[in-house]
Amino acid sequence: MNQTIEFTLNGETRHYSVDVRQSLLELLRDELALTGTKEGCGVGECGACTVIVDGETVDSCIYLAVWADGKTLTTVEGLAAEDGSLSDVQTAYVQDGAVQCGFCIPGMVLSSTQFLEDNPTPTRPEIKRALSGNMCRCTGYQKIVDAVADVAEKRQENADIAPVNFTRHA
Amino acid sequence: MAKNNVIGKTEQRWDAIAKVKGQAKFTADFPINHKLHAKILRSTIAHGYVTAYDITEAEQMPGVVKIFLPEDLPQNKFGTAGHPWSMVPAKRDIEDRTLLTRHVRVYGDDIACVVAKTELEAIRALEKIKVTYEKYPVYLTPKAAMADNARRVHEERDNVIADTSVGYGDVAKELKAADYVIKEHFHTPMQQHVHMENQVAVAWQSEDQRWTCISSTQIPYICRRIIGQAVGVPWSQIRVQKPFIGGGFGNKQEVIIEPLVVALSMACGGRPVEMNLTREESIAYTRTRHAIDYDLAVGVNKDGSITAIDCNVYSNQGGYASHGHAIGGKGGTFINALYKTESLRYAAKTIYTNVATAGAMRGYGIPQVMFALESIMDDAAEKIGMDPIDFRIQNRRPEGFLNTLSHVQQFNFKIDKCLQKGREAFHWDEKLQDSLKYKTGSKRRGVGVAGFSYGSGTYPFGLETAGARLTLMPDASFKLMLGATEIGQGADTAFSQMAADTIGVGYDKIIRDAMSDTDIDPFDTGSYASRQTYITGFAVQEAAEKMKQKILKRASEMYDIRPEYMDIVDGNIVYSHNDQKIADLADFAMSSFYDMAHGRAIVAESSVNIHNNSYASGCTLAQVEVDIETGQIELLSVMNVHDSGKIINPILAEGQVDGGMAMGIAYGLSEGVRYNEAGKPLNNNLMDYKIPTTMDLPDLDHAFVESEDPLGPYGNKSLGENPLCSPAAAIRNAVKNATGVAINSNPLASQHVFEQLKQAHVI
Repeated sequence: MNQTIEFTLNGETRHYSVDVRQSLLELLRDELALTGTKEGCGVGECGACTVIVDGETVDSCIYLAVWADGKTLTTVEGLAAEDGSLSDVQTAYVQDGAVQCGFCIPGMVLSSTQFLEDNPTPTRPEIKRALSGNMCRCTGYQKIVDAVADVAEKRQENADIAPVNFTRHA
Repeated sequence: MAKNNVIGKTEQRWDAIAKVKGQAKFTADFPINHKLHAKILRSTIAHGYVTAYDITEAEQMPGVVKIFLPEDLPQNKFGTAGHPWSMVPAKRDIEDRTLLTRHVRVYGDDIACVVAKTELEAIRALEKIKVTYEKYPVYLTPKAAMADNARRVHEERDNVIADTSVGYGDVAKELKAADYVIKEHFHTPMQQHVHMENQVAVAWQSEDQRWTCISSTQIPYICRRIIGQAVGVPWSQIRVQKPFIGGGFGNKQEVIIEPLVVALSMACGGRPVEMNLTREESIAYTRTRHAIDYDLAVGVNKDGSITAIDCNVYSNQGGYASHGHAIGGKGGTFINALYKTESLRYAAKTIYTNVATAGAMRGYGIPQVMFALESIMDDAAEKIGMDPIDFRIQNRRPEGFLNTLSHVQQFNFKIDKCLQKGREAFHWDEKLQDSLKYKTGSKRRGVGVAGFSYGSGTYPFGLETAGARLTLMPDASFKLMLGATEIGQGADTAFSQMAADTIGVGYDKIIRDAMSDTDIDPFDTGSYASRQTYITGFAVQEAAEKMKQKILKRASEMYDIRPEYMDIVDGNIVYSHNDQKIADLADFAMSSFYDMAHGRAIVAESSVNIHNNSYASGCTLAQVEVDIETGQIELLSVMNVHDSGKIINPILAEGQVDGGMAMGIAYGLSEGVRYNEAGKPLNNNLMDYKIPTTMDLPDLDHAFVESEDPLGPYGNKSLGENPLCSPAAAIRNAVKNATGVAINSNPLASQHVFEQLKQAHVI
């Protein structure tokens, strides 16, 4: 059985007819070709499929697509600015060496982004608790936690994180 | 050696931006039209034979394209271990499996396969296949499989697939001569890789009527060979492409699903077929770290000298040979690398059983042997009342020691410097003092230390070859092509720094590719054995030197200056004696393409075969607090110190150490696949198999004892696998220091610790 839903995805209003049994992850990856969201377990354990729905992070693998009706969604593809420049969270991940294989990173970056909205002045233990639903096997989380702490600190100082300069042939 | 200050600097990894944007494509992310989906029917027994299948109902299920039984696919035997092909038949990996099998050797064995239009339809059809088994006895341990009346797991060979002994001196005599003999038994668990991206592969017939397979593999060229062998076509008919890969840690140094996926595409008219394992399949039915049992005896004198190390090893191989004895048989060399002893005997057996097949996993046998060795050495130091760090330093091998078990000479081997640096940087003595305040009551504190040694690549046991190609681009950028594989560790970034440094340009002038391709990239055996920055480093260096020489030769024609007078520095062609600029490299590059007189595009290639190895070393120091009422261990602080030669990129090196420490800590504290008596895995999901989350780890500290290795291409030695070799033993030793109880089997999960403390009457 299909149901038509309307939702805002990365700032754009969408109408979509979805199978009522379909997960949000399947909708994003298979129908909308938004493959930035990853599947690591399919049962809500690893957090690789994290997306933001109405200001809360959810595991999209166990969140039905129809539940997105009327809601506002952000996936990893929606974080960078229109001109392609990275958000401060993305930038900190790149500069602090928080990225290795990168498979957990979309979910990790989204969890970090929402957490810093909810708690702009976190302690290190609070950062750890906030990211405890996102598993990573490469980094030991050390530089991931560093990156989030870095963003919080820079935002408090109201300082810009220097934009990532990756222009070749400078 | 580093010349242009690109080596040794933190450069931002080139692929990080694509990864934080969700732009980086992994195997499952490619848009492929009309793709079919395959699922494996897994046996629900651990040992036996499928006497009958009933697929009548399954074939009628919606979406089913075809159901395959073992007889429906090629019957060629093959092995899955990611080793280079051996020209010597006796040295080849054991070839003991077919694509599908009626003969079940492990729970979840591949007994049939469904191809359907969607993954869900394939799963639904699987559920309708009826299977009749003849059951055989199940052997979970080497001891059970070695019993006199045990049935052979593979008819064609004994359950003991290898039995070797190496060493020197008279161990029995030297044990008798020692002031004290310490004898202990150790057991290590079946750790699983849990790379965040499960195994996934897709294959189809390409336009040239060959077969393309995109796979999440560490070893594209070896993958090509094993697919060719398994499906029975010349290797040239297979093209393997490796995009970004979501971690491997050795499990993707195994060619597990790719041959089946190619065979299924062949049997489905060349249509693309994808297989994407679930987390449950990946944990229980792919590969694990070998569980190994050690019977160790050490002879030690009151003056701290060691008379004998006697080690009997029983390596649990599981149902198929895979990497086999290469892992259990390896430990003797690295015991010998660390300790001066009058005699050494390392006798190892590798034994088929009916648990999951064990294979390569980060550390490749060394985390196991170091858990046993570094535990018993700690106990030996304690026996004679010596400080454990002093004991290790006193017994270290001297600089330049020739390790006769591998014929590697240990130049620049700095285990003593690591231990000394660790003592200071970790504040060992202060933490030891602090722990003394917590020897009664419910919370007990203690500190522990453990060392390790590790090779850089596989020489002299394995082939070590690598290739590189550099192409000059019209703006003086360079495309670097490699068969070596970026699997998340940052290899591509390190290689780019090497190429830039040797040519004489900035890191940003080197362009890499996300996709490795066996049709395009130079031959390289891939990512394993912490070999890449060392072995492939030589290939990058040679290609970069050739590129530089080609540029200077052409510049000599163009500018009428002898080539030996010129150099390339910071992207300019200069006089070498005073760095005076002769030409901007970008202007030169444009001319190298389009100048009427001189235009001929410049490409430089290398292929190297390396006949040396540099042993790295390091140690872990840990402080724990044990809640003796619950057996819960809190790791208060932990530090790794590494002797890995020159550090190519500090931020990447730190990242490798952090990740390896996390895996090593969890190897000590929480991880291990568990079975019931019938051989059914009990915890193959991420709720019950405990990899660390952010909440399970303290801040991870690290230090490097940096040096210029005299053999490494840029003064570097291995680092990738090293960090996980010593944390488990350091934690075990810290728990012993805290409670007085030596626990000789991992992981030190609370139930296990509680029982051990109770048995020792601590509670």
